[in-house]
Amino acid sequence: MSALLRVEHLTMRFGGLIAVNDLSFTANRGDITALIGPNGAGKTTVFNCITGFYKPSEGRIALAHGAPQMWDELTALTRRDARSITRPDGALFLLERMPDYLVAQRAKVARTFQNIRLFPGMSVLENLLVAQHNPLMTASGYTAFGIFGIGNYDRAERAAIANARHWLDLTALTDRADDPAGDLPYGAQRRLEIARAMCTAPVLLCLDEPAAGLNPRESAELNELVLRIRTDHNVSVLLIEHDMSVVMKISDHVVVLDYGVKIADDVPAAVRDDPKVIAAYLGVEDEEVGQVEAEVGL
Amino acid sequence: MGNPSAENNIARAFKDAGFWTLVAFGLFLPLIGFRAVPDIRNELTLETRWPLLFSFVAIVAVGRLFHNLVIAPWRERRGRRLATRAAVGVPRWRSRFAGVLAPFAVGFALVYPAIAVWLAGPGGAVKWLDNFGIQILIYVMLGFGLNIVVGLAGLLDLGYVAFYAVGAYSYALLAQNFGLSFFMLLPLAGILAAFWGLLLGFPVLRLRGDYLAIVTLAFGEIIRLVLINWVPVTNGYAGVSGVPRPTFFGIPFNASDEGFAAVFGLPYSPIYRLIALYYIILGLALLTSFVTVRLRRLPVGRAWEALREDEIACRSLGINTTNTKLTAFAIGAGFGGFAGAFFAARQGFISPESFTFLESATILSIVVLGGMGSQIGVAIAAVAMIGGTEALRELDVLKQVFGNDFDPTQYRMLLFGFAMVLIMVVRPRGLISTREASVHLSERKKISGALVREGHG
Repeated sequence: MSALLRVEHLTMRFGGLIAVNDLSFTANRGDITALIGPNGAGKTTVFNCITGFYKPSEGRIALAHGAPQMWDELTALTRRDARSITRPDGALFLLERMPDYLVAQRAKVARTFQNIRLFPGMSVLENLLVAQHNPLMTASGYTAFGIFGIGNYDRAERAAIANARHWLDLTALTDRADDPAGDLPYGAQRRLEIARAMCTAPVLLCLDEPAAGLNPRESAELNELVLRIRTDHNVSVLLIEHDMSVVMKISDHVVVLDYGVKIADDVPAAVRDDPKVIAAYLGVEDEEVGQVEAEVGL
Repeated sequence: MGNPSAENNIARAFKDAGFWTLVAFGLFLPLIGFRAVPDIRNELTLETRWPLLFSFVAIVAVGRLFHNLVIAPWRERRGRRLATRAAVGVPRWRSRFAGVLAPFAVGFALVYPAIAVWLAGPGGAVKWLDNFGIQILIYVMLGFGLNIVVGLAGLLDLGYVAFYAVGAYSYALLAQNFGLSFFMLLPLAGILAAFWGLLLGFPVLRLRGDYLAIVTLAFGEIIRLVLINWVPVTNGYAGVSGVPRPTFFGIPFNASDEGFAAVFGLPYSPIYRLIALYYIILGLALLTSFVTVRLRRLPVGRAWEALREDEIACRSLGINTTNTKLTAFAIGAGFGGFAGAFFAARQGFISPESFTFLESATILSIVVLGGMGSQIGVAIAAVAMIGGTEALRELDVLKQVFGNDFDPTQYRMLLFGFAMVLIMVVRPRGLISTREASVHLSERKKISGALVREGHG
């Protein structure tokens, strides 16, 4: 089991507010890693740091493609003031040094959003083709060839549509392919957002509360989908979720945040029984506050 | 009539119309009822115009009554009918109509000079080709160009005329000083304008919405002020005159022995030059349209539209939004530059007067009125706006209504403003408010404008 993503001493400050404080955790390749915690614990901030939308105040976020030996380069890369190194057997990226679009394009980290961000006025199929922008851009010779209809753009577009079709089938959206994305019901929009993220061919998929607003049947289907993404497509998943039926059933590993601090990091069963986690979620009696705070290290 | 609620409705309609009549009276009394006229000693005297005032108030009264009794109930019924019908986007007849409209419009544009000459004769056709044909097509082309920036990429650009000016001055100055031909300078003018588009793009990349609009507006003014004040190069307010006209493969369109008419053994007429200009600008407009249609099917075009819909989502999918915005600015500006070069060649004289903010506003209204992102909508809007203002000059019929003193050309902007307000009330998303998807899996469907976002910067 090798690490895919290593978050080390991540701190994010907004003025005087410390949203994430010295957080370190590892997401292993092929795992579904859940990031849970009460509202305002800093989970989405962690996501925004990983995907490059925020520049962390401190800390290192590294992601490796390919051979596990790539991790040996980590210290050298950090010293070298470069964003990434690529070797024939893999690549290593320092995500905190990369702008958001390069995190998606090079490091192959895809994400969804807590409040769905589709392209509502574009058709479902177009949403999935926009996700394949970079390979299509190369195929169209950065527009220079595509505009004159030379080169293999048409073939690349057909392949992109076939790939989109595959994800439409998996998310049961094929009959809505030509409808505007904004017309889909809520649950379908959530699935489309996942399908769109998967169309970027990621190695790590970051899902920000994918089950929010879904009914029990839809969340069960979501579990299926996420498990299939992991097993059939060999994509690791990082998951923020409040719905414990999703978290406990599908995740291999759970990291619990409270007020920006990591309070637990273990397999789901162990996390479920952790008194600190229970205290964070359910609160504690007044007389126990001091004791729990001492345990948590506040 | 025995129905009390119907009677009640009629009473309410009259009451409402009476209220608006009073408002109109109050509003028009100072505006139309009185007029300050300088008398023989150049002192202002107050003249009253009661008949004109009452005709305006009567129009409001009757119009409001008509709206209350006929249009409002009809709209209500229609609203109910649409609500009961299943949620279908666009009626089929309308989409079929839109399907034939574009080829029909292109076909008509191609034979328009022949029709004009046939109907009005070579002398009479000059006005129809110049004021209507060429003038409208310049704006169609400018509308297409701005449509890329505003309609597709959703970047509100109030300074588009700057690129038009760059194209025009590039052509005028390079043609005068280096003697290069129109067709050589046309691409160069486009490239130079695109370069200025990039220059504008860089500083404004971080701005959105209102802030972007203000900076682009300022950019348009900067270009105009540079043209005014850089006298050694641009000749300031006096402008550049004697700009070389396009030739027919080296044969000039003039009355000389080497002129087009003499070479082809035809009697001299300015119409040949206008026909040539007409087909040049038609070709340019069609090229712009064709390129836009192709770009929409390429990843860069889809990225523009995605950018308009949601910029953050774009970045999460690995799209370099900086480059995407810059290409939109540059390509849009490039087409503006083409149009500018053509404008300079057609006028033979350019000055900063031609590139005021009003031009930017006109082009932007064409794009907004046409329906942002729609090609055929922009073309219709350009015909309506430019052709409309020109056609209102011709409305001598109104003299019979308002008496011989009435000068229709003075009221054309007012009438035009009314028409625009009316269209935007009836069709708030523009004439063609539906968006056509660039690709489809099984069925070509229209996307309602209600879902399409307008962009945020």
